[in-house]
Amino acid sequence: MNFKLKIWRQLGRDSKGKLKPYEISGISPATSFLEMLDILNEQLTAHGTEPVAFDSDCREGICGTCSLTINGEAHGPSHPAAACQLYMREFKDGATITIEPFRARSFPIVKDLVINRSALDRIVQAGGFVSARTGSAPEANSTPVPKHKADLAMEAAACIGCGACAAACPNASAMLFTSAKISHLALLPQGQPERRRRVLRMVRQMDAEGFGNCTNTYECEAVCPAEISVSFIAKMNREYAIASLGERLGE
Amino acid sequence: MIVAVTGIILILFVIGHLLGNLQIFLGPEWINGYAQHLRDLGPLLWIIRGALLVVVILHIYFTIQLVIENRRARPDHYKRKDFVKATLASRSMAISGLIVLAFIIFHLLHFSFRTTDPRFAQLAHDPLGHDDVYSMMVLGFSNPLVSGFYILALFLLALHLSHGASSFFQSLGLNDQKLAPRLASAGRIFAWLLFFGYSSIPAAVLIGWVKLRTHS
Repeated sequence: MNFKLKIWRQLGRDSKGKLKPYEISGISPATSFLEMLDILNEQLTAHGTEPVAFDSDCREGICGTCSLTINGEAHGPSHPAAACQLYMREFKDGATITIEPFRARSFPIVKDLVINRSALDRIVQAGGFVSARTGSAPEANSTPVPKHKADLAMEAAACIGCGACAAACPNASAMLFTSAKISHLALLPQGQPERRRRVLRMVRQMDAEGFGNCTNTYECEAVCPAEISVSFIAKMNREYAIASLGERLGE
Repeated sequence: MIVAVTGIILILFVIGHLLGNLQIFLGPEWINGYAQHLRDLGPLLWIIRGALLVVVILHIYFTIQLVIENRRARPDHYKRKDFVKATLASRSMAISGLIVLAFIIFHLLHFSFRTTDPRFAQLAHDPLGHDDVYSMMVLGFSNPLVSGFYILALFLLALHLSHGASSFFQSLGLNDQKLAPRLASAGRIFAWLLFFGYSSIPAAVLIGWVKLRTHS
């Protein structure tokens, strides 16, 4: 298969970037999207040109490192999947493919398609510690967890922190990410001691990082490779409302 | 949150306003009598009007803040952006809202302050001594340009509410995975029912179903 590529090239954080055209041919339909970029980079290196910088790690959809906006969609046209789980057979032969980084003020571009997502780490850090009993292992059934809540908590914990939610959001809001992180602890007995403090701090850190606000377009849910539901955003809103009321009442 | 709460108050108002206005189909006695009832409320009417004005101002003030923050959150735009799930309604809340605001101002000048149509001042009271709201509405809507603008603005209001009505529950956290899609469809159905309800009035006047009546 042959493709025309338009790839965002940018030297560094403060330099001006632009889309540059490339052509690639003889790609097998079973090639993954990232392998296709590897092949392109080998060709670029052979020609003595600077290869395209992009992030990847596990290449099996569990690490959340890849961060490409492909044809205007975070992680590309195949949902739910991370960009590394996308194969060239999804595209038509001869198609033009536009590749951009995840764009948000809180995700500054490091180089080309590589962005700095430490804003997400700082939101998690703001959540603080979780009180846990140390010492010998407790008896497994000493802390009962209802099945329904355990399932919901697992769904929230599936978030791989890739940042596609903020990248796809028309307002560059990171509320799907933050709500998943808040919900999975809020749903479990182990998360109860710091429950209120955690939601207040994480939401405030999220705002301080310069992410936008949720206007309920649900674009985040559509591109999320871990299929995190927007109902966790509703849960976060609920948690935040209760916690800030409690804070105001001096609890 | 303030946007959601003020929004739901305004939704309650548009429901009440629609029910009041639909009385035009029951004849002049009904709608003129209804208008007189509202006026007879006296100070209570002014309290409601004042509260609505405050609610509108708060709704707009906080959404403008929201839009500014959201624009700032992505200074470098995508060269190509495709949407998978976000509806046109959800992405154009600001512009549909602003056009509806322009419409509300025109609507108040038109029927409340009556500054746009000189014929309204010459309308006599109806046989029961009430203001002739019925004739005013028929005269006002018999102009196709006026009716056209009303219907267009109502279409945008319905678009605004097709997203806004269910957003209220999401923003306040009053839903879950099961309830959210049901609320979303209910919100859409509600918004378009409202559109057909409201537009039926100018449409009925334009096609001549609702006509001027001479007092006997």
